[in-house]
Amino acid sequence: MRLSRLSRSVLGVITVLILAVIYLPLGVVFINSFSTSQSLSWPPPGFTLEWWGKAFQSAGALDAVLTSLQLAVVATVVSLVLGTLISLALQRFEFFGRDAVSLLVILPIALPGIITGIALNNFFRTILGVPLSIWTVVIAHATFCIVTVFNNVIARLRRLGTNFEDASADLGAGIWTTFRLVTFPQLRSALFAGGLLAFALSFDEIIVTTFTAGSGVTTLPIFILNNMFRPNQAPIVSVIAVVLVLVSIVPIYIAQRIAGAERTER
Amino acid sequence: MSDTAAPAQQRVPAPRQSLARRGSAFFSAHPRLRLGFLISAPLLWLGIVYVVALAALLVTAFWSVDSFTGEISQTWTFDNIVTVLTGSLYQTVTVRTVGVALLVTVIDVLIALPIAFFMAKVAGSRMQRVLVIAVLMPLWASYLVKAYAWRSVLSQDGILQWLLTPFGGSTPGYGLTATVITLSYLWLPYVILPIYAGLERVPDALLEASGDLGGKTWTTLRLVTLPLIWPAIIAGSIFSFSLSLGDYLTVNIVGGANQMLGNLVYTNVGAANNLPLAAAIALIPIAIIFGYLALVRRTGALDNL
Repeated sequence: MRLSRLSRSVLGVITVLILAVIYLPLGVVFINSFSTSQSLSWPPPGFTLEWWGKAFQSAGALDAVLTSLQLAVVATVVSLVLGTLISLALQRFEFFGRDAVSLLVILPIALPGIITGIALNNFFRTILGVPLSIWTVVIAHATFCIVTVFNNVIARLRRLGTNFEDASADLGAGIWTTFRLVTFPQLRSALFAGGLLAFALSFDEIIVTTFTAGSGVTTLPIFILNNMFRPNQAPIVSVIAVVLVLVSIVPIYIAQRIAGAERTER
Repeated sequence: MSDTAAPAQQRVPAPRQSLARRGSAFFSAHPRLRLGFLISAPLLWLGIVYVVALAALLVTAFWSVDSFTGEISQTWTFDNIVTVLTGSLYQTVTVRTVGVALLVTVIDVLIALPIAFFMAKVAGSRMQRVLVIAVLMPLWASYLVKAYAWRSVLSQDGILQWLLTPFGGSTPGYGLTATVITLSYLWLPYVILPIYAGLERVPDALLEASGDLGGKTWTTLRLVTLPLIWPAIIAGSIFSFSLSLGDYLTVNIVGGANQMLGNLVYTNVGAANNLPLAAAIALIPIAIIFGYLALVRRTGALDNL
């Protein structure tokens, strides 16, 4: 199939238009972070750096960012371990109930967040009788983050096949050595990509968090929800959003570099 | 793998009999145990945390709340289920929610197809990298901030009104249209990424072969590309459909007076303090999602999420 010059340019124009729409609201947020108006009205009546200064001094905002970071790191680590184990099990073994297990991995993300939220809330408080805390949020987040790791790793395992591992075993390496020196290095970028998505998912999750966080736990999305409609805080929320988008370029760029490097190696 | 026993006759030094090595040999000889080792931790986690929680929610739907004390009484009753199945409020909201979710899904797939195709098959490798970053970056701007941004874009003194007024148009304001627009926007990256990944796996040689055999561009797209990326499309649709089905915040922010199933669940858990009724309402999206998953299972989409 050869695309004509015309259809290539049409596709290019459509892509640019879609990106323009994707960045329109983000642009509005960006400009509003400098606006003297607190109500997001357009066009902005004037510009100021006041909110940027205030945002970096807002203890509530910084605490919330820190809480969300810690939470996302722990949830990501747990989901990396569990996701890798289960993808190895499902990809390398045939067993009874395999389909059910793969459905079970997908379920926490396939079912709407509010269901996961109230189910876990009910589970922690009524069944286990444990008070809600940051740990109940970690457990909840890790549960729905497993799937992103799982998908990335199992896709990689499928493409790799078992030739290298068989060779390693034939040469006398035990299963730990084979995993450490053969399997793991080949999975590294898939783990990075899956971990990154898991981290993003956890960092931005609001619905499940609402139902599983104790009253003292303020993650960034909860902070934003609490402050979004407050006149003096709304522009600070815009600043935070802009900073997050800018900071996110770094990990996404690294992930892309790793994936790109591996593609050329092959 | 059992070939490891061979080197005994050679001059190769015998493997050290460390604990790790003995464990390793034991595991290689017993694949079932290896499977058990791999699967037990994740299965325990998902089983205990998620299956038990869901089952408990299911059971709760058959309980009731004492209207005086607000305590949950654990006697079996079908009242909540009957209420949810027959109440006109629940039927209206269910139809509205499913309609919104389907519309959002269709819109997202229609937008994702051309941009994913451009990313995977037209753009050079450098451009491709830039585009993936461009699509992924909005994921990090908080869901709430993006919904709120649309609230300001769509408002009467917002940028859309400002842009459209010269052409005689006007903003749709807050309501179901705004909800559909905002949800489509929020889930778009989740639909683009799997379709892009699916397209990347389609070998160029296959498309060229189709062209060499006389297939026109559209014929190739329809008969070669589409069947190959169908599982990826379905995988993307699971995200947009399920996320829309359970949403209650976006509709609060831009939906005007409209409610979705998520709002009904939320108010019954919070304000009304009626967990059994909330659980019964939650069964509606659960049933719909299970129906959807059963429908798409054969496409292999579940391996493509």
